[in-house]
Amino acid sequence: MPEVDTTATRQVIVAVDHVDKHFTTPDGQPLPVLEDINFELSEGEIVALLGKSGSGKSTLLRCIAGLLAPTSGTVSYRGTPLNGANPGVAMVFQSFALLPWLTVQANTEMGLEARGMPPAERHPLALKMIDLIGLDGFEQAYPKELSGGMRQRVGFARALVVEPDALLMDEPFSALDVLTAENLRTELLNLWKGKDFPTKAILIVTHNIEEAVLMADRIFVLTSNPGRLRAEIPDPLPRPRDRRSPEFEALVDQIYGIMTGRETDDAGQPAPALEPALASPTELPLPDVSVGGLAGLMEILANLGGHADLPDLAKILTFEVDDLLPIVDAAEMLGFAKVADADLHLSPEGDEWVHADIQRSKELFAEVARERAPLVRAIVRALETTKDGTLNERFFLDLLGRGFGEDEARAQLNTAINWGRYGEVFDYDADDGELMLEKAAYPVD
Amino acid sequence: MVFVAIAVLLFGILRLAHAMNGNSSTAHVAVISTNPTELPYYAARSLLRMFIALGLSVAFTFVYATAAARSRRARVILIPILDILQSVPILGFLAITVTFFLALFPGSVLGLECASIFAIFTSQAWNMTFSMYHSLITQPAELDEAARMFRLTKWERFWRLDLPSSMIGLVWNGMMSFGGGWFFLAASEAISVGKNKTYALPGIGSYVQAAVDKGDLREVGLASGVMVIMVIGVNVLFWRPLVAYAEKFRVETSESAEQPKSYVLNFLRQSHIPSYISKPLKPAGRGLDRITRPFGLAEYPLHTPEYKRRAGDVVFTVAMGAVILFGVYRGIVYFDHAAGFGQFTRCLGLGFLTFIRVVVLVVVATLIWVPLGVKIGMSPKLSRYAQPVVQVLASFPAILLFPFAIAVFLHLGISLNFGGIFLMALGAQWYILFNVIAGASAIPNDLRELMDQFRVPWQQKWRELILPGIFPYYVTGGITAAGGAWNASIVAEIATYGKHHLVASGLGAYIARASIKGDYPEILSGVIVMSFYVVVVNRLVWRRLYHLAETKYSL
Repeated sequence: MPEVDTTATRQVIVAVDHVDKHFTTPDGQPLPVLEDINFELSEGEIVALLGKSGSGKSTLLRCIAGLLAPTSGTVSYRGTPLNGANPGVAMVFQSFALLPWLTVQANTEMGLEARGMPPAERHPLALKMIDLIGLDGFEQAYPKELSGGMRQRVGFARALVVEPDALLMDEPFSALDVLTAENLRTELLNLWKGKDFPTKAILIVTHNIEEAVLMADRIFVLTSNPGRLRAEIPDPLPRPRDRRSPEFEALVDQIYGIMTGRETDDAGQPAPALEPALASPTELPLPDVSVGGLAGLMEILANLGGHADLPDLAKILTFEVDDLLPIVDAAEMLGFAKVADADLHLSPEGDEWVHADIQRSKELFAEVARERAPLVRAIVRALETTKDGTLNERFFLDLLGRGFGEDEARAQLNTAINWGRYGEVFDYDADDGELMLEKAAYPVD
Repeated sequence: MVFVAIAVLLFGILRLAHAMNGNSSTAHVAVISTNPTELPYYAARSLLRMFIALGLSVAFTFVYATAAARSRRARVILIPILDILQSVPILGFLAITVTFFLALFPGSVLGLECASIFAIFTSQAWNMTFSMYHSLITQPAELDEAARMFRLTKWERFWRLDLPSSMIGLVWNGMMSFGGGWFFLAASEAISVGKNKTYALPGIGSYVQAAVDKGDLREVGLASGVMVIMVIGVNVLFWRPLVAYAEKFRVETSESAEQPKSYVLNFLRQSHIPSYISKPLKPAGRGLDRITRPFGLAEYPLHTPEYKRRAGDVVFTVAMGAVILFGVYRGIVYFDHAAGFGQFTRCLGLGFLTFIRVVVLVVVATLIWVPLGVKIGMSPKLSRYAQPVVQVLASFPAILLFPFAIAVFLHLGISLNFGGIFLMALGAQWYILFNVIAGASAIPNDLRELMDQFRVPWQQKWRELILPGIFPYYVTGGITAAGGAWNASIVAEIATYGKHHLVASGLGAYIARASIKGDYPEILSGVIVMSFYVVVVNRLVWRRLYHLAETKYSL
């Protein structure tokens, strides 16, 4: 059944039409999370939603599942707009979401029981599904007795046994170790190809580029803050797919390029880049990266001869996009490195920074952070206007809160404090929340 | 605002009781024998009362906590009400509730039973409800999503998800509240309301009362012994197994290091009893699942038209506001006629005296029990033995010990103005000890070893490790102890022993005397002022300490 049918006659299962989603910040400002999302999930296809953290991909999945209401726009299931949990889908959760007090079998039967199916009918269905998903013999076990991979198998069994029209998966493999994840992915794809598979389409949310390329027929890349659909990439590679084939690697490279590249405008032209030295703290937020992490990546880059292919780099570090890209963003912001296509190049400043001794590297970092990290720059300027060079964090949190929402504002300030402390630009007293200018920022010796 | 609403509510109950009060003078007074052979029967009656109250508390908790957690509008009203109810001294309105229930069941002992059970209920229900409400609103988001995704009905969701995920907190809170309930049982079985009207129910509390009236300390001691056996018995046979069983409902999917154990539960699990019980229940459960299907899915519409929601809010606010305003108006008129507002000023003054007693009690109990509790908690061997003993001490109704203490006071000529502090402390202090032990035993071993390794002097060790480590636990103990002390003041500031009458000046004595006189406006103003003190101190002191404990001293 899951032969990829390229004609346009396939039935649409879920349609997402001009969906916007705003959350509200504590002081009542709307905080856009998703903006103008349009796409369709049709019979016979696997679609991947790919994005960094903060791209709202999980929020989008929950709108599709009917668990969250979009602020505007509609999600419809087979032509009927949703007003409650989507009746035609089942979901697999990143954290498994099993009820710990129920056995494997009782967990699997949950959806059937809720439909009012009598035990005599649902027991055989559940047992068959448990068998199919490879949990035979564990029917009476409790989730806490199982490994992560086995728990997620229960998650799959519970979702598939209700024979949903479409299966939604929210980062289903990211809480598992690499080998278990690969094993489960392969088994799921095998089931998908088999004729017993009850489900007509799969939508998977992930931040793992290779996972998307391995599994999907179409890949949607989402931008961050707010989430928009940046690109739709068809993935026509024949199955089973080989991670080492040049086509596979080329596609991964292409997507890396898209994810690290700049925004494109409607005509597909790159939008003018924000110059870090001019952007405001809300236009160009600090990536959530510690100075130590940044230094580590720069050092590796220097050891590799000053440039590296991003997918290769990720592979060397066994990092995923979520871990790697923020560091790359930080390096670009501070001018220590540049991305071209899917390659990362060390800049002269970056080279000098990597090779400087501790005191010199702090000075260099302070210099670029004051100039090119918008929030660090804004804090320094604000502190300089006060008589004693101190200000309470509330001042900055309130300002940031308007653009980010409470949690993100706190995260931004924490990153800025981490950078500011490292460069000895300003210090922070956690007890009373005071930020203060570092008097002896540049020791004379 | 809500405080006013509560005052209005109390006032309403009182008025209702008054209206139905016509023939309550014929109420039965059971003759309480102090013959020791009657003790087992009395104890059984008391125990039955405790369990009926527990059942009612559980039922109340299910309904109230679920309503508060699931309905936005209900939450706005229900949670502040609960917050205030927790601060109302239960013993204070015992006289009011007795009158109410006697009027409800005129000429029958059922009214007294209800009043006693209600008093125990009020000492258990609020805590348990808060615990369940808290569990419900902190339910893991993905479990909520899974339940909605798989389309559980409201009924199924409650039994499959809501109750199990609240189970551990509910059982622990139930156990603690049940322990506290013994006090109210003992205090509510024999009560004087109005001129020379003493009501008594067959029970261990009234047995002690009768023995005290005779001035027979030997019989009081005997009853205390039975009480200890009951407390321990219920713990071993009921609460321990339940606590061990509740471990099954822990949401973290990995095993916790230390599992509560219960030999009784192990025995039950190996026997055939569970299957005998569950066999007939299973079809019944399925039947209920089916019957409740029409109540619908545990789901809410994603979109509600804005105007509809607004209109609902407006109607709701106007209706609640009208009820409260009307109540305030009637209350003011009532007080103006009955007692005058001067009563409140008098109560505030007396309340301050009681407040000072509570402060002295907490300070002294802290100075004594914190060092001892730390000593016990830091030694695993000691705490293994001490913990259950302290738990029994905390459960044991201190009221049974009052006669002994008062006999001593009389002998030494100590005024109840000071002795009252000791009486209040008899029950309240254990909460501080209990929590400090728990806190001290939770201090990580590696931190203690680190301190030893650096040969840190003891002052520094206390300042940098022990005090911060036990602080959050101490705050919990302190707030419970202070609340218990306020309640106890109503029975501790006034005492009768044989022919002797001792009275301290304080708000507790004021309320107790008003109860004996049957002066409802005075009872009401006393209770309102006492609740006011409790609420203000909680807001100004304990809440801030809680906040500090949560943000700075959480390990």
